[in-house]
Amino acid sequence: MTNVKSFLSRQDLLGLAIIAAVIFVLMPLAMDIFRLNLFGKYLTYAFVAIGLVLCWGRGGILSLGQGVFFGLGGYCMAMYLKLEASTPEATAIQSTPGIPDFMDWNQITALPWFWEPFNSLTFTLIAIFVVPAAFAFIIGAAMFKRRVGGVYFAIITQAIAAILTILIIGQQGYTGGVNGITDLRTLKGWDIRTDEAKYILYYVNGALLIGALVLCQFVLKSKLGRLLVALRDKEDRVRFSGYDVANFKIFVFCLAAVLSAVGGAMFTLQVGFMSPSFVGIVPSIEMVIFCAVGGRLSIFGAVYGTLLVNWAKTTFSETFPELWLFGLGALFIAVVLVFPNGLAGLYRTYLGPYVDRWISKKPPSGGTPAPAATPADYDADPAAKPAE
Amino acid sequence: MRRLKDLIENRLSRRSVLTGTAAAAMLATAGAFAPSLAQDVNTTGLAVTDDTVTVGILHSVTGTMAISETGSVQAEKLAIEQINAMGGVLGRKIEYIQEDGASDWPTFAEKAKKLLVNDKVAAVFGCWTSASRKAVLPVFEQYNGMLYYPTFYEGLEQSPNVIYTGQEATQQIIAGIDWVAKEKGAKSFYLLGSDYIWPRTSNKIARKHIEKLGLKVVGEEYYPLGHTQFNSVINKIKLKKPDVIYAIVVGGSNVAFYKQLKAAGIDMTKEKPVLLTISVTEDEIRGIGGENIEGAYAAMKYFQSLDNENNKEFVKAFKEMWGDDIVIGDVTQAAYLGPWLWKAAVEKAGSFDIDKVRLASPGIELTTAPEGYVRIHENHHLWSKTRIGLAKTDGQYDLVYETEELMEPDPFPEGYQ
Repeated sequence: MTNVKSFLSRQDLLGLAIIAAVIFVLMPLAMDIFRLNLFGKYLTYAFVAIGLVLCWGRGGILSLGQGVFFGLGGYCMAMYLKLEASTPEATAIQSTPGIPDFMDWNQITALPWFWEPFNSLTFTLIAIFVVPAAFAFIIGAAMFKRRVGGVYFAIITQAIAAILTILIIGQQGYTGGVNGITDLRTLKGWDIRTDEAKYILYYVNGALLIGALVLCQFVLKSKLGRLLVALRDKEDRVRFSGYDVANFKIFVFCLAAVLSAVGGAMFTLQVGFMSPSFVGIVPSIEMVIFCAVGGRLSIFGAVYGTLLVNWAKTTFSETFPELWLFGLGALFIAVVLVFPNGLAGLYRTYLGPYVDRWISKKPPSGGTPAPAATPADYDADPAAKPAE
Repeated sequence: MRRLKDLIENRLSRRSVLTGTAAAAMLATAGAFAPSLAQDVNTTGLAVTDDTVTVGILHSVTGTMAISETGSVQAEKLAIEQINAMGGVLGRKIEYIQEDGASDWPTFAEKAKKLLVNDKVAAVFGCWTSASRKAVLPVFEQYNGMLYYPTFYEGLEQSPNVIYTGQEATQQIIAGIDWVAKEKGAKSFYLLGSDYIWPRTSNKIARKHIEKLGLKVVGEEYYPLGHTQFNSVINKIKLKKPDVIYAIVVGGSNVAFYKQLKAAGIDMTKEKPVLLTISVTEDEIRGIGGENIEGAYAAMKYFQSLDNENNKEFVKAFKEMWGDDIVIGDVTQAAYLGPWLWKAAVEKAGSFDIDKVRLASPGIELTTAPEGYVRIHENHHLWSKTRIGLAKTDGQYDLVYETEELMEPDPFPEGYQ
């Protein structure tokens, strides 16, 4: 227990409990399955957003290419599901039955070698973690070891997002091209399109998100987390203190990549398809916006930010189909002008002190009091005062 | 109303069977004069009341596709307005819920689901690109909706939940190639397209047909969507001197392609090479500029300049509603057919139920279509003519040829796959 206490302060536990309550109780009660499924889709973006909090908010590594990892995870899952949906019986109308329909349209007559392993669910699940991690490792090692950082890193991640999109679209015989991989039906014979399956997937997604939040909180409160903040603010000092800065950066970048990929895989399962429109520059930047609206220093804020932006997107576009983009633009401008530290900043300034006072009225039940968030967490955003 | 519902639900009671029959008979007699009750024409919980029926319009009105899809939205709204002015469908006024697909395929899927699950619309008129159709297709099949899809497309699809009001690939390609081979004496072709499923499949069919005729394909190339540098392919074309440039370039790339073609000195108003396209409608010419594409031929099923009474009325009504400077392309006309075909099917079925509309659809004819006469085939595509138009500087096409007979839709063409 002391272990848990050491990285989950009362405030964090409260935050976690509230998110869990919203995901597991409030939303399922308040929404029909259609809205809940949409909400579940938003939550998959939250994986990316909390990865960005680690990477960008804490570590100062701005990646404008997180869509790449979201896409990799999503595509791994989609490839498995597509193979399962492409049984020879289901595709009897094709010239070559038994391969995915888009391959047949592109005159491919045999399953390409790199699709073969995706017949196995075990392999697919491992690939969802390993492929993006390995890719992020290669990018990270190539960049950080050479001390490429800041704006240059952001530009390179953008370029990678663009390259991957072009690759996917260009190789449509192997990837489904612009259409993406569509018409996914079952997972090991289990129909993922039924309402019941949607509920189950929603809860699985929610549980994974809570798990991801706990993991991130653990990382942030560990020595590694503090080092991240330190190297964001004065990288040279950390390096002079004898740390291998690059390795820390690579690690956190890989972690963010894996989180994004998990989100991508859950996205594919819940929405039923994957397309290159999640891989490119625009979605990647959008994901940074989710994180910024939530407050880039707070993993909880990032979740709420993602939900707020996506909810606004859906609502505006349903209400004003021809004008909604302006409304969304106005929201972003308002966020930057009025509360630059996002939702989390608002909370810390206005609500946080009351909550803290309320919590500290109760005597601690043993163990050391939770360590206060290190002042370094906040020194980059003067508007937010340390809560404790 | 309430009583009637109870009666229907308690069929087993003898008395109610008797009264029920009487009620049904009364209804049948009344049916000729007054609209039937909502629960009779809608047994599946669609958004149908005693005097309204709700449908969905799902196109991109924002994003890169907005420029293409706006015409379809306008056409569908015009058709709905005209149907309402005539008294609606089964005596019900059509109301529509418009959603924006935002040129983003996942958004299309989300909105399609919203229309079917939340709004319970009786039909959806929408989608434009193949990618958006592929994205919504599982949604329509799962929730049993009905989609009227207006764009000419690659075929290889036949969903029970879609009526394809545009041409599938063979209807656009085969007659066009026959024509250019016969009338222009073409022997060699250079195939060119944007790199995605529709141009690739279309060129595949074109190549097979060209080879069947004993003619030659001297080149085939694809460029990514949005590509703007066509100089290298234009040089190759100049080198190979094909009789026909068969171009399926899509969207904004067209502007660059035709400008560069002209700049490179390829004059399409001369005898050779002939440029034949299946991707440039009057809408695209607005962007390209009539002077840049003058002399090119397009194989479509509809041109704004078609000289028939239906079309004159359609163009007039369209301009009245949306302004004088508007142009109407092939897809816009196909979108206009959607609500009319749906109305005819609903009235034939006597019900809004999707399954009944589906069963009633094959064989539905429309004699008032701006393109002339169309009929729904068993395979949910339309019988329609192929027409060749010659592009003029004013951005319109002159009709130079049309097939005698309606072309049979064949989404899975034997020997072309």
